[in-house]
Parts: sequence; C-alpha cells; structure tokens
Amino acid sequence: MEIFFQQVVNGLSLGGIYALIALGYTMVYGIIELINFAHGDVYTLGTFFSLAILSAIGVSGEVHGPALIGIVALAVLSAMLLCGVTGVLIERLAYRRLRNAPRLAPLITAIGMSFILENVMQLWRGPSPVPFPQVIPNPSASFGGVVVSAKQVLVVGLAVVMMAALQVFIYNTKLGKAMRATAQDRDAAQLMGININTTIALTFLIGSALAGAAGFVSGVYYGTTWFFNGFEAGLKAFTAAVLGGIGNVAGAMLGGFLIGLVEAVATQYIPGGAQWSNVVVFSVLVLVLIFRPSGLLGESLPEKV
Amino acid sequence: MPARRRAAVTIIAIGVALLAFPFVDRNNAQIDFMANAGAFILLALGLNIVVGFAGLLDLGYAAFFAIGSYSYAMLASQQFGIHIPFWVMLFVASGIAAIFGILLGAPTLRLRGDYLAIVTLGFGEIVPQTFLNLEKYTNGPNGISSLDQPSLFGKAFGFSATPYYYVTLVLIALGIVVASNLQNSRLGRAWMAIREDELAARHMGINTTAAKLSAFALGASFSGLAGVVYAAKLNLVSPDEFQFNVSVLVLSMLVLGGMGNIAGVIIGSFVLSFINSFLLPQSTSLAHAAGLVNLDFTNYRFMLYGVILVLMMLFRPEGLIPSRQRKAEFHEALSDPTLAAQEQAEYSGAAAAP
Amino acid sequence: MTPMLRLSEVRKVFGGLVALNDLSFEVAPGSIVAMIGPNGAGKSTVFNLITGVYQPTHGSIDLEGRSLRGLDTAAIASLGIARTFQNVRLFAFMSARDNVMTGRHARMRANLVDSLLHTPAQRAEEKSVRERARELLRFVGLEREADSYARNLPYGSQRRLEIARGLAGDPKLLLLDEPAAGMNPKEKESLIDLIGRIRARGVTIFLIEHDMQLVMNVSERVTVLDHGEKIAEGAPEVVRRDERVIEAYLGRADGAA
Ligand SMILES: Nc1ncnc2c1ncn2[C@@H]1O[C@H](COP(=O)(O)OP(=O)(O)OP(=O)(O)O)[C@@H](O)[C@H]1O
Ligand SMILES: [Mg+2]
Repeated sequence: MEIFFQQVVNGLSLGGIYALIALGYTMVYGIIELINFAHGDVYTLGTFFSLAILSAIGVSGEVHGPALIGIVALAVLSAMLLCGVTGVLIERLAYRRLRNAPRLAPLITAIGMSFILENVMQLWRGPSPVPFPQVIPNPSASFGGVVVSAKQVLVVGLAVVMMAALQVFIYNTKLGKAMRATAQDRDAAQLMGININTTIALTFLIGSALAGAAGFVSGVYYGTTWFFNGFEAGLKAFTAAVLGGIGNVAGAMLGGFLIGLVEAVATQYIPGGAQWSNVVVFSVLVLVLIFRPSGLLGESLPEKV
Repeated sequence: MPARRRAAVTIIAIGVALLAFPFVDRNNAQIDFMANAGAFILLALGLNIVVGFAGLLDLGYAAFFAIGSYSYAMLASQQFGIHIPFWVMLFVASGIAAIFGILLGAPTLRLRGDYLAIVTLGFGEIVPQTFLNLEKYTNGPNGISSLDQPSLFGKAFGFSATPYYYVTLVLIALGIVVASNLQNSRLGRAWMAIREDELAARHMGINTTAAKLSAFALGASFSGLAGVVYAAKLNLVSPDEFQFNVSVLVLSMLVLGGMGNIAGVIIGSFVLSFINSFLLPQSTSLAHAAGLVNLDFTNYRFMLYGVILVLMMLFRPEGLIPSRQRKAEFHEALSDPTLAAQEQAEYSGAAAAP
Repeated sequence: MTPMLRLSEVRKVFGGLVALNDLSFEVAPGSIVAMIGPNGAGKSTVFNLITGVYQPTHGSIDLEGRSLRGLDTAAIASLGIARTFQNVRLFAFMSARDNVMTGRHARMRANLVDSLLHTPAQRAEEKSVRERARELLRFVGLEREADSYARNLPYGSQRRLEIARGLAGDPKLLLLDEPAAGMNPKEKESLIDLIGRIRARGVTIFLIEHDMQLVMNVSERVTVLDHGEKIAEGAPEVVRRDERVIEAYLGRADGAA
C-alpha cells in the first residue's frame, strides 16, 4: 500500500507539470481550435530559459534563505515572460495568417514550428541532456513510509497557485471574459467590440507563460532536460487536456493530475513498466478520443447540420 | 493529341534515363542514394493516398514502414530461422502493413481531422516502442541484422545498390499506376468527397468506414513494400529508424511537392531526399575542407523539415507542383471569409481537408 | 397504399431542448409535400432524423413501410433517399461533374479491385455514369459548368447542382431543405419548373421552404411546424388561412420587433 501511495505522490508531482502544460493546449484549442503542436517545445524552452537566467546570475547549486525566494521568483518570471513572448511571436508570424485556411494547414504549420524550435534548442544547448542546477534544497518527510520531498511540494503548490490565478483571471476580469466570449463565438465577440487579435495573442501569452513556469519546475524536479523533452511531455499534456475536456480549464488540471497518476502507477505495476509508460499514456489518449471525445468535464451535442 | 503525345514522350524519356542511370553513373554511393530516395518515393506515394486523396492526416505513417521492415527482418533472417524469399515478402509485408493500416485506422474512424492526426501520431510512437520493448523477438535496441539477401534467377543481390535501385524503380512505376487508377475511380471520388465534406459524402451512400479503411490499408501497403526493400538493402532493422521525424519527413515531401498530386509528391520526395542525403553532407564536407570544421549542415535537418512545413503552409500551401484542385482550395479559402466561416461551422465531425 | 414516408410520434431532444415533440405525418408516393414553420421550429431536424444524421429520441420513421431505425446515413441514402442541405454542402473543390458522379456512388458496382486495375467493367461503368452526369447537369441547366468547381458556381447554380447530385442516385424520395433560399425571383421560377420536372420523373418530393409563394405553387400538402409541434396540416390554401399558423408567424414577428 505504501508503494501505491508513494506512486500517488509521484504521480501528482508529474501531473502538476502536465497540468501546467495542458492549460496552454486547452486555452489555445478553446479559442482557435488548433492543436498547438509547438507548445511542448515552448515548455522545454522554459527550462532552457530559466537555466540561462540562473547561469547568468551565477547560481549553480543550492540557495538558502530569502535569496531562494528571490531567485526562484526571478527564474520563474523570466521563463514565463520569455516563453510568453515566444508564444505570441509564433502566433503572430505563423498561425494568424492561417486562421481561415483549411483546417489542417495550421496544424501542419504547428508541427513545423515544433521542429524548428527543437532544432534551435539543439543548436543552442547541444543534442545531449543538460544538467539543471539543484537550486532548491530538497529535504523530505516520510508519512508512514510515503516520502514527500520539498520539490514535490513545490511542483504541486506552484501548479495549483497558477491554476487558481488563471481561474480568477478568466472568470473575474474583463480580458478573461473577452477570452471566453471569443472562444464561444468569435463573430459575436467581434460584434460586441472585442479585439479578436489581441484576445488570441493574450491567450498565447498566458498559455505559453504557464508552459514557461512548467519548464522551470521540470528543470528543478528532474534536474536535467534536453532539446527533445517537450515532444513527449507535450503529447502527454495534450492527452491530459483531452482527457479533461478540451477547452475546459478545470478539465486540463484534472486531466494533468490523472495522467501523472496513470503514468506513475503504470511505471510501478506493469512489468518492465517504465518502458511501457508511454504506450499506456497514448492508449489512454486513444481510448478517450474514441469513447469520450468530449473528455471528463466536457459535454457533447451532435454536430448541427 | 499533341499534348498527350508530348507527355508520353516525356515519360518514356524519363523512364529510359532512369533505367540507364546505373550504367552511366557507376558510382555505387550515388546509385545507393537513388535507391534510398526510391524507397521514400514509395512512402510518399502511399501517404499521399491517405493524406492527399482521403484527407486523413496520418502523423504516424512511419509505423507502417517499421512494420514492413520488421516483417522482413523476422521472416527472412536467422532471427527465427524463417527464410521467406524477398519477392514473396514484398507481398506478405505489404499485406501485413495493410492489415495494420486497418487495425490502427479503425479507432480513428469517427474522429475529426486534428484528433485523428494526434491519434495516428500516438500509434506512430507506440509501434516502434513496442519493437524496442519486445526484446525477446526483436533484439530491442540492437535491432535485427544479417537479413537474407534477395536473389533473382539464382543470383544474389550482393552489396551493390544497383539491383535495389531497379526493384524500387519497378515498384514506383507500379505505385504510380495504382495511385492514379485509384484517383480516377469510384473509390477515389469517394475519398475526395470524404475529404471535402464527410457528412455530405455519407448522404451519397458512401460507406465512409470502408472508404477510410481502404485508404489506410492501401497507403500502409506502400510503406510495407518500402520497408522490405529498405531493410533488405540495409541488411538491418532497428527501432530508431522509424521515429516521428520519419513521418514528418514524408509529410514534408508531400507538402513540398503538392498533396494529392502524384507527380508533385514524387518530385517533392526526390528533392527532399536529395537535400537530405546529398546536399547537406556534401556541403558539410566542402565546409570542412575549407577549414570550417565546426560547421555541420546535417545538424539542420529538423530545421529544414520545419521550415518547409511552415513556409509552404504560409506561402504556397498547394505545393511546388499542385493539383489544380488543391491550389484553388487553399487560395480561395484564404481569401474568402464566407468559406472560412462555413469551414468553421462544419468543423466538428466532418472529415479533414488539409 | 403504403406511404412513401411515415413519421410516427417522432421525438427529438437535444440536451434539455425538445426540438420535435411527438411528430406524426405521412408523405404519399408521387406527391410534393411542403413543411413550413418559423425559424427553429425543428424542420431541418426532421430531415436530419430521416437521413439518419440524428437518431430519434423515440418514435419511428418508415420508408415505404420499412423502418429506418438503426440504419446509418449511408444505408438510408442507398435505400433511395436523397437530400439537399439548408447551407449548400457540395464537394466544393470537385468539379460539378464529379459532384454528380459521386451522387451515383451507391448505385455503382466497381469494387476495390476494379478501382485499382481499371477493369473493362469499371471503365464501362465510369463511362455510363459520366454520361448520366452529363444528362443530369443538362436537366438542371448546368451542362456548360461540368468542369467548374462546385465552389466557383453562383449560389443559385450551386443549389441546382446539389439537386442534380441528389438525383444521380435515382432516389425515390428527394428532400429539399429551403431550395429557394437566396434565389432571385427568376431563379425561383425556374426552380418551380425544375421541381415539377423532377416529380415527372417519378420522384416524391418533400421540401422545407420559407417562401410562401413557392410553397403555394408547387405543393399539394403542407405541414406546419412550430416549436417542434405540428400545428396544422392540409392543402396550402387551407393552411394559409389557419388561425394558429397566422399566429405562429405573426407572434414570432412581434417577438422579434
Ligand atoms: N445538433 C444540435 N444540437 C443542439 N440543438 C440543435 C441541434 N440541431 C438543432 N438544434 C436545435 O433544435 C431546434 C430546431 O432546429 P432546426 O434546425 O430543426 O430548425 P429549423 O426549423 O430548420 O429552423 P430554420 O428555419 O432556422 O432552418 C433549434 O432550437 C436548434 O437550435
Ligand atoms: Mg432549417
């Protein structure tokens, strides 16, 4: 049983990262019905950006005391900012032109973007895994044999805080309402005087910024990254978004944590589990899309004809 | 009909040139390159049936290439002591790939275009991962080596690329005939109808399930063929040859040449193979010779695919050599908001039309 | 005589919305029947239920006494029901000819092998279907547009092409969803003529239309729907004077004002 609960704890921490990434997929899909394939790579960029910031200020190991908070805040916020800008640029340069194109054109473009970003990161930081400094001291506590580390608390904590902030933003601010209106009916939103371009750019900004935060967190959590990291993580996070109900913010969080749990539990209990965990996650994706394409929290009506 | 005659003359001239190529150019490396490029043309012709004709964006196409290759490796080597002849394996492997095309296509039947893309991508990951994980049968990461050598009239192919070159040439010729026959047939029209408007297609009595599955099966069978030739020629298969980037490479070939257009697809495929296996390594050697030892153009391969996909979609989505249809489709859609609005409205449920 | 089409207590609920409330009526073979009703009354939903796009929540739909329950759209189309759509749904980037040829799909024989090999039988069939498409394009007045993309035709022609595509499969029953929408008076006139000629081919016609003049002109019977309920049924001139019908239309107009 301890083993199981240990996997639950591990799964929740993995899930926190997936959930943060999944939010970007779900927001963008909600508003322009595009699977932003490059999103996973923006997340990896987040790790590299925060790594660059940490190197720039000379941090290469544990930091203690108040400086820790400052440094974490600096790294997270700069990663968020830089990723947010990257996301907005991608939208502006590539996707915007294709908003009215046949529907698979933007998806193909997004795949192209993903390859470009991956190649840029490969040229920047090389093809091999790059270590990420262990900025955060990592004491752990044991609860009846289940070990919870400080990093895990940080991952889940940060994810939950970000998501709460996002919920508040979406439901309680004017910009958030504009986003929801645009997602529901773009033409109507435009008639109501909402600036569609700005709203979509804002969606990319926020989604990519959250991926940036996830990038930092994952650097701390895994202590390493590489240019191709975002491919798999991105697919898993997309699975999470679909599982939760695409376009649904709360669903993305739920899906993220569930996928993290599935992965952790599968790794533990399937013989040779680690090898098969990807297969398990993709199977979840396939099954959800076949049996409940609207996801756990989405509702579906037949297509209007 | 002078236009028709001109076309016939052109085709014959190209055919003769291609047949004579190994006699004129005796450099084995270049014939080898041509044979590999031929395998990719087969892949592109197959993917074109799925993506170009039927509008089903398959992002895991490399899986069928893997299945074709591994079929040969398992059924024509010491691995299990089974030695089915190469020529028979061409049929067997394309059949196996077609069956997997149906098996992996079936779950996607009711999905809308972009979800279908992601699910096929998932399968594209699962298949090579499975070959990797089933070490007992596949030797895992080491792959299977020492595959049987094909032979014709008792004469083994040996390590010369020339016989493989001729085999791919014949297969491509067959592939072109098959693909263009399909395009101009009841089934081909059904595919296009599904691509344009799946719901309306159903109202024509088109069994979209059967039509889509036959697209998946036929498309996959091409890569089964390519897999056999490729594996036999390389004398080795390993799971890392079939990653996502291979699926994207073949897709880039289609996008570059022009989806749905057979000639375009062939040319796009050849050009990309040429850049990939010839231009990039050659210019790297040149750079090294010129003292620029740190420059390696082959490191820019992914960038190349990415740039092709993005720039083509933005500026020439119909490809370099478009089908008349696709050209109109992309350009009018871009410049016509009402059509776009209609597309938007029809988004859910309807088939994908890239 | 068995009706061509019979709906018995057909109900359709979307989420919480009752789009059709236990609707029953019949279409006699060889007739031209119209359905009218204010926006959102549930008219198109009736078509979507007949062609299997939606499944009824309960109730049954029969074609010539044969239940359509559980059949999918393709199977229903193959039984001889063709339709047009309220928002034209042609194969936009296929030629007019290919659109019509595709409409023949269910009646064609070529299988996978024929399509692959272009067998003599396949070629002969293609040739005859092509010829047939030419004839139908002429029938609807589009013989000169055979090679144009459906997409490039003027709106009125697109509507006619959709009809030609529907006729290609020799349907027993043709469903027309607002065929005159967006047409000018001249186009409407030729549409009325076309509908008459289609009936002369022995096809039963069931149409939805807002244009009263057209309805009065072509149809023998009219069913009026409001809020998913049948509120009147009968000969056009009777229905036209029906209190509830007038109220349904005027009431709606008041609400909109
Ligand atoms: N797929 C669907 N999901 C949810 N509601 C639907 C769906 N299809 C139709 N409806 C609803 O059912 C009701 C009837 O719609 P329907 O399209 O049948 O009306 P109609 O009589 O054809 O109207 P119009 O004259 O505007 O075409 C409407 O309120 C519509 O919003
Ligand atoms: Mg309607």
